[in-house]
Amino acid sequence: MPAAGPICRVLRVDGIHDLGGMQGFGAVDHAPAEPVFHEPWEGRARALMDVVLGAVQPNGGEFRHAIERMSPGHYLTSSYYEHWLTAAATLAVEHGLLTREDLEARAGGAFPLSGPVLAPPVTGQGTDLGEPRFGIGDRVRVRDWHPPGHTRCPRYIRGKTGVVVRLDGSYSLPDVEAHGGARRHEPTYSVRFDAAELWSDAQPGVCVHVDLWESYLEPA
Amino acid sequence: MSEGVHHPAAMAPVEQRVAALEALLTERGLIPEGFIEQTIRRYETEIGPMNGAKVVARAWADPDYKQRLLADGTAGIAELGFGGAEGDHMVVVENTPTVHNVIVCTLCSCYPWPTLGLPPAWYKDPPYRARMVREPRALLAEMGCELPDDTEILVWDSSAEVRYLVLPQRPAGTEGMSEADLAGLVTRDSMIGVARL
Repeated sequence: MPAAGPICRVLRVDGIHDLGGMQGFGAVDHAPAEPVFHEPWEGRARALMDVVLGAVQPNGGEFRHAIERMSPGHYLTSSYYEHWLTAAATLAVEHGLLTREDLEARAGGAFPLSGPVLAPPVTGQGTDLGEPRFGIGDRVRVRDWHPPGHTRCPRYIRGKTGVVVRLDGSYSLPDVEAHGGARRHEPTYSVRFDAAELWSDAQPGVCVHVDLWESYLEPA
Repeated sequence: MSEGVHHPAAMAPVEQRVAALEALLTERGLIPEGFIEQTIRRYETEIGPMNGAKVVARAWADPDYKQRLLADGTAGIAELGFGGAEGDHMVVVENTPTVHNVIVCTLCSCYPWPTLGLPPAWYKDPPYRARMVREPRALLAEMGCELPDDTEILVWDSSAEVRYLVLPQRPAGTEGMSEADLAGLVTRDSMIGVARL
């Protein structure tokens, strides 16, 4: 597998997809009027993603996690339509629709898939969290932890303190639902962080808002 | 997946990988007739920033609508007939002379599909996702959106279920324009927040 080897063993926790604040990527290749699909294969890949999702009915978060499990080198050197292709093919193989050998025989070369799920299936998901623990204006600190599986808590805010600015209702926690049939619903919040709390080289007059599930947060 | 099985050394070109997946799914009877073409056509012609532009133009033209839109983005957008996947929980953030909003998804490519369509490539690529939360003022200037030093920048990282739409300021000198003409002024970039009008 292209994902095998020491690099992915080091990086699989805290995946390559978690890009907020990373440096060295250079200029944004911005085009104000770019087409929806640059190449015909991009549109076909987008549609095939829907086909696979319809056929395998993945758990919420499972498709995103399949993208996150791509080998870091492949992730950074391929476009998002290729990410969607790779994740769709990975789920098709993992759910038994096809085999990697089928894909490679047809493609006439290697067909890299995403690496294995590292987190164990979630069983002790606990019970749903009911009434929101935090209200607008409350100061909260983001838990500083490194889960081995899917999460929607970006690395750049872990351990940082912010203020709740909006309550968005209760949703299924991705960390649980991406790893099996269990579900746990929790209130979600939009939390405002002053840039100076996040970055030692913060730019003045900037706030960053991140939308977070309740178990990512502690009172500050 | 099969440890020890020999895999070809060279990666097949992406076009061939797409064609391989399509062929195998077709053989298994999983792709309805015309589905791929319909999907492509839908994203190329029906779902795109022209929808969001209508929302913005209505908000400019109708203060009551704007109030409803800012109070409940999903319901306000639904009044114009737009909604669905990646648009079920919408929040509209309003630019003012002193506040500029910009949206990003640092973890993947979250974007309000019903109002803006599929995201442009640069929105999904690492430079934008890495830099917008750390140096938005510099990055916006690089992208042609130079803001006065005293303009507050609010970055919205779409990390949970909400998707955001920026309500740009109505340009000066547009009094008396029809809603349809106003919609023609609204760009995708202004609704992401990487441009002002």
